[in-house]
Amino acid sequence: MSTFVAITISGLALGSVYFLIASGLSLIYGLMDVLNFAHGIFLTLGAYAGFDLASRMSAAADPAGFLLTAAVAAACGAVIAAMTELVLIRPLYGRPVSQILVTIGLDVALVGLLLGIYGSNARVITVPAWLTGVTSLGSERIPNGDFVALGTGAAVLAALGWFLRRTRYGIIIRAGAENRDMVRALGINVGRAFTLVFTIGGAAAGLAGLLNSVVFNGGLVDPSQGDQLLIFAFIVVVIGGLGSLAGSAVAAVLVGLVQVYVSFYAGTSAGLAQLGNVSVVLVLAIVLLARPGGLLGRTA
Amino acid sequence: MSSLLGSDQPAAERHEAGTRAALARLGRRLAGAGPAGTRRGGGRIGVIVTGCVLAILAVLPLVTLQIPWILPGPVDVLNSAGTLEVLGLCFVFAGVAAGFDLLIGFTGLLSFGQVLYFATGVYVLDAALSVWHWALLPAAALTMAVGGVLAVLLGSISLKARGIAFAMVTLAFAQAGYYLIEDNPHGLTGGDSGLVMSTSRLPAFLVGVASTRSLYWLTLAFLVAAYGITWLATESVTGQVFLAIRESERRTEVLGLRPFPFKLASFVISSLIATAGGMVYLLLVGTAAPDAVASTTVTVSILVMVVLGGLGTRWGAVIGAIVYVYLQQYLLKIAAEPSFATLPAVLRVPLSQPDFLLGAIFIAFILFAPGGIAGLARRWWPARS
Repeated sequence: MSTFVAITISGLALGSVYFLIASGLSLIYGLMDVLNFAHGIFLTLGAYAGFDLASRMSAAADPAGFLLTAAVAAACGAVIAAMTELVLIRPLYGRPVSQILVTIGLDVALVGLLLGIYGSNARVITVPAWLTGVTSLGSERIPNGDFVALGTGAAVLAALGWFLRRTRYGIIIRAGAENRDMVRALGINVGRAFTLVFTIGGAAAGLAGLLNSVVFNGGLVDPSQGDQLLIFAFIVVVIGGLGSLAGSAVAAVLVGLVQVYVSFYAGTSAGLAQLGNVSVVLVLAIVLLARPGGLLGRTA
Repeated sequence: MSSLLGSDQPAAERHEAGTRAALARLGRRLAGAGPAGTRRGGGRIGVIVTGCVLAILAVLPLVTLQIPWILPGPVDVLNSAGTLEVLGLCFVFAGVAAGFDLLIGFTGLLSFGQVLYFATGVYVLDAALSVWHWALLPAAALTMAVGGVLAVLLGSISLKARGIAFAMVTLAFAQAGYYLIEDNPHGLTGGDSGLVMSTSRLPAFLVGVASTRSLYWLTLAFLVAAYGITWLATESVTGQVFLAIRESERRTEVLGLRPFPFKLASFVISSLIATAGGMVYLLLVGTAAPDAVASTTVTVSILVMVVLGGLGTRWGAVIGAIVYVYLQQYLLKIAAEPSFATLPAVLRVPLSQPDFLLGAIFIAFILFAPGGIAGLARRWWPARS
């Protein structure tokens, strides 16, 4: 029982990282019907930008240095995502399949480029010592990184919720997800909202890439980390219901918890190390058979 | 948006006309009016050209021609082992791509799990040959049976979902397969380090130095068989139903046809071709490594091949796969040249990565020539269409 709390918090932290990725995917899909395969590369690039900065900065081990690293990771993800939308997605409006394919091509090309620049070996990000330490909560010892991931996830969820409900652009995004043509007919520039969701999604992804490296991979960044995470983010988005932000949040927590519980309680037996990952796929199959539109999705 | 790939037309009217034509064609075929509608492909000229190309490819291992520069192998001789192996790899993926085109190009089902059936072919055959020491024929039969059962089972489940959700479910199943392979259950897959094929029970012509030639012919035979099956499946009445489903699933239902069994049939045929391709791949390459045959990047590669060649054209997928694999191997060879190291880093780093170049070429095609190589060919020689 004593480890249960620690495992749960770890699962929630993992769910937070999934949510950071899935929120962008879900917003983009909801507004534009584009399933963004390049999201994985946004988060890998975010992690590499963080690594690049931290390896050049003497203050990388200070809390302020880490905040700067995180900000740069998010900014890098945001810039790459905005450029992707402007240069590659925009010429293909009205052709959703071509848009999906072009994001696949971008992912292939940029992973190749990263391999060329950094090599296939993982690199290590310098982080403050506090981040890799543990906090004792009663008899529990909980990694501090888990709290950071959890806090970031919750903050992004709250910020996105506020943004979508209370701001003009948030309302345009929600309206556009309902009926793009009607919003356009009202004289509103939906194209700008498209760039905006890509930018927001890219920023969250860049942050997620850095957090995933720091919290779950011992600071390691490698060129294919984005593609691995992206598959789980896709699963989260589909379980939650395509286009539903709340659904993504619920599904992210569900997937994170299932994965962590199964790998902790059953995955330690020989030959079952990947059971946690496989169980997530089973959850997806069950949810889709019971509710084809996902947990909180509109029925397709 | 009932069918994902059928909906991606620049002009709604053209899409509408295409739907109507496909459904009308199907209607006539169902009414027993005989083959109707325009014939795709080049007719008699196409058959002659294909025959000539096949004849040249078949005698190629016997030709000791010296060709500078363009060969992917380390030696500039046409029938050197390096060149024949690369061509064999091209043919394996060309056959798999033709089968995948049946699913995504002709039936409009965007699957992201094709690698699962390819990996099944590689790993079940490898386990049967190398762990259980079966003979080749029973091992191959078992592999095809496993591939078929898996395709029927997982196809039935994933076809409950539509459009993007279908793509995601197939992706998830394939990823589960990858994790199982990584787990190395009962030592059957070798886990992360892969499983080298044992040649002890293989027939003599597939082993040793002389096997290069027979393996080349085997891959060519696989390509011809895969293409033939795809051709039969798409030209039959069933193939007309596939097209109708791609254009509009709802209207197909209105004609009184249940789409599900047809979608499943397309899925299973396509998967079995991938399984057979996996077996040939194992015999050719001699080892099974999870990242090379079971990871999602393989699905992405196959998808890129088909789209690069041109969706829904069969021969486009074949050309796309050959171009893709050939370029990939050839670029690796170029990057290993000693003079390459003297290039400035700005050029050397991107050019040393085939994935970067292929991804960039793919993006250029999507933006400027969405019909792929087949679309370009049609634009230049309109009479062929």
